[in-house]
Order: sequence, then structure tokens, then C-alpha cells
Amino acid sequence: MAKVLVVTSGKGGVGKTTTSAALGAALAQTGESVVVVDFDVGLRNLDLVMGAERRVVFDLINVVQGVAKLPQALIRDKRLETLWLLPASQTRDKDALTEEGVERVIAELRERFSYVICDSPAGIERGAILAMRHADAAVVVTNPEVSSVRDSDRIIGMLDSKTVKAEKGERIDKHLLITRYDSARAARGEMLSIDDVLEILATPLLGIIPESEDVLRASNVGSPVTLGDRLGAPARAYIEAAKRLKGEDVSVTIPRPKKGLLDKLFGRRAA
Amino acid sequence: MNLFKLFRRGGSAPVARERLQILLAHERKTVGQSDLLAILREEILAVVARHISLDPDKVQIKMDRGEPVSILEVDIEIPSKFALVTPAASV
Repeated sequence: MAKVLVVTSGKGGVGKTTTSAALGAALAQTGESVVVVDFDVGLRNLDLVMGAERRVVFDLINVVQGVAKLPQALIRDKRLETLWLLPASQTRDKDALTEEGVERVIAELRERFSYVICDSPAGIERGAILAMRHADAAVVVTNPEVSSVRDSDRIIGMLDSKTVKAEKGERIDKHLLITRYDSARAARGEMLSIDDVLEILATPLLGIIPESEDVLRASNVGSPVTLGDRLGAPARAYIEAAKRLKGEDVSVTIPRPKKGLLDKLFGRRAA
Repeated sequence: MNLFKLFRRGGSAPVARERLQILLAHERKTVGQSDLLAILREEILAVVARHISLDPDKVQIKMDRGEPVSILEVDIEIPSKFALVTPAASV
């Protein structure tokens, strides 16, 4: 049975689009048919991050409004034949999305794919609510930083009240993905630790994506980070997170900093 | 003291954690409360509107969200010869 996932955060710039592309590609590599849907109408970027920006003809709005059929708007990834993209419109705004239209498109995607990943826009308005509306599960992307954690708390509250599942009295599965984690800074007590974030948000951990130059390099070249060097730290972390999403029991290892000379001398330890 | 701090560096994470815990404890409470107040306000007005046509100028609503209690004041002026809304028209 198809699973609809929303990748959301409240705050902008924490890595929703990077995560949507990376998890989508990682799931597709396991043989699942996956579509990633860009809900950021007016500010689409998933096409760029996935390297498909020159292949967009029709978009989500066209399909929602019935101007184009779904197969006309779907773009197949050039590297992975099980990975597809449904881009957002760049010229319209979020009001062009209708509740019924989105419901119909999601239902159609459920029939064609085993995973539908909805890349939410930032904010808590219409676009973000429509992106989460039909989700079975949510990936809440959080940076270990006060404003991001606060906004994630807000989004978690909305997942529990504004989704179809929540309205039916069912529980939506929520997973926390901590991105841009700097183990050295956390060890020095300069950054919220994983335990801090988990304690505050009280949401199960899906994975920890370490701060890494691989992520920027991947978006520079338009290739999801999981399709590049699969041994790189962020790629490995995303691949493991994808396995957990599929229900596999893979334990999360909290990145530890390599000890420098000073640390050894003064015996600094994680706070 | 300052020199000591300079070399010690860092350690702002506990401050972040404490600030967040206090803020979110408050926000989680007020978000729930404001919703209840807003729901009550809308439902009360809807019930009244089923029976009489409401003049927006004759309706005063005050909300006071406080720490121990919140107050929702709905003040509706109903003229003695009010215009009845027929059930058919209210659907």
C-alpha cells in the first residue's frame, strides 16, 4: 500500500528540499517506486536540487486545475528509473492549489507509486497545510537551533490537528530528522545536543544528518546527496533514515567528534 | 572572570535548552487556549445567527487570555423586534 510522507519544518532553510530529494532517491534505490512532489508553489526548487530544472513542462498546479494530465507533468529521474518528480509552478501562488484538487492528485499518485513524498513550503499557511493534509507520516526537519526547534514544535501541533488522519482521530506517524548537526560544537556545549532536541520535541528520531560540505556540493550539481558518494556521512545518514522509514530496525549512531590534541590534554567531554 | 570565560568559551547550549523549554511550555498552553476561545466565539455566534440576523455593529466580543483564567465576553444587542431568520434561509 502506498505511503504518503510530508517533509515539513515550519522554518525555512533547514533542509526540507535536500531531505525530500535525498530520502526520495534513497528509497528509490531500494527498488520502491517513488515520487517527490514540490508543494512550494511560486518558489519551486526541488527540480533544481534534483537536476531536472530544464525538463519541467507541466506542474502540480496544471494537474490540480485539470490543464494537464498527471503523466504529462511527471518527470522521470535520468539516473534512477524508479524515481519521479512532480514539480511546483514557478509563476503561480499558493492560492492556485485547491483542497479538492490536491486530494485528487494525491489519490492518483497513491495508485501509481509506493512512496509519495510531499516537500512542504516553509511557514504554517495554506501551502504547508495542503502539503501535510493527506500524509500518513511526517518527517519533521529540525536544526539544533532555538528558532528551528520552536517552529518544529508548532508544526508537530499542526500535524496532530490539521491533517485528514488527525481529523479522523487517527495518529499520524511523526519522525524527527535533525540536520546540520555539528558534533564538535555539540560536544563543546555550543549547540543543542540530540538529547536536548529529543527531550524538548518528544518525537521519535529518524536520523541525524551531520553538517557536511557534501550537501552543498550535491545541490550545486543537481544530484540528491544519496546518489553521489554513498559512503559520505550525510549520504549514509539519509540511506539509514530511509531504511527506518521502511520499517527496518537500524540503530541511530550519534556522531561523535574526533578528539583533537587540546581535547585530549584537557579531557573535555560531551556536555 | 572575563578572561576565564574567554578561554572556557561555548556552553550556550544549556541556555538555549532552558529558554526553549520555558517558551514552549507557555506556547503549547496558549495555542490550545486561544483555539478553544476562538471555537467558542464562532460557535456561539453561529447559534445566535441561526435565530436572528446579526448586525456586526451590535456584537461586541472581548477576549482576555490570562494566566489563571481566560475570559470570553460576547455582548450581543438584540432589538425587541428582531428579524427572525427562517430555517430555510439559514441553511
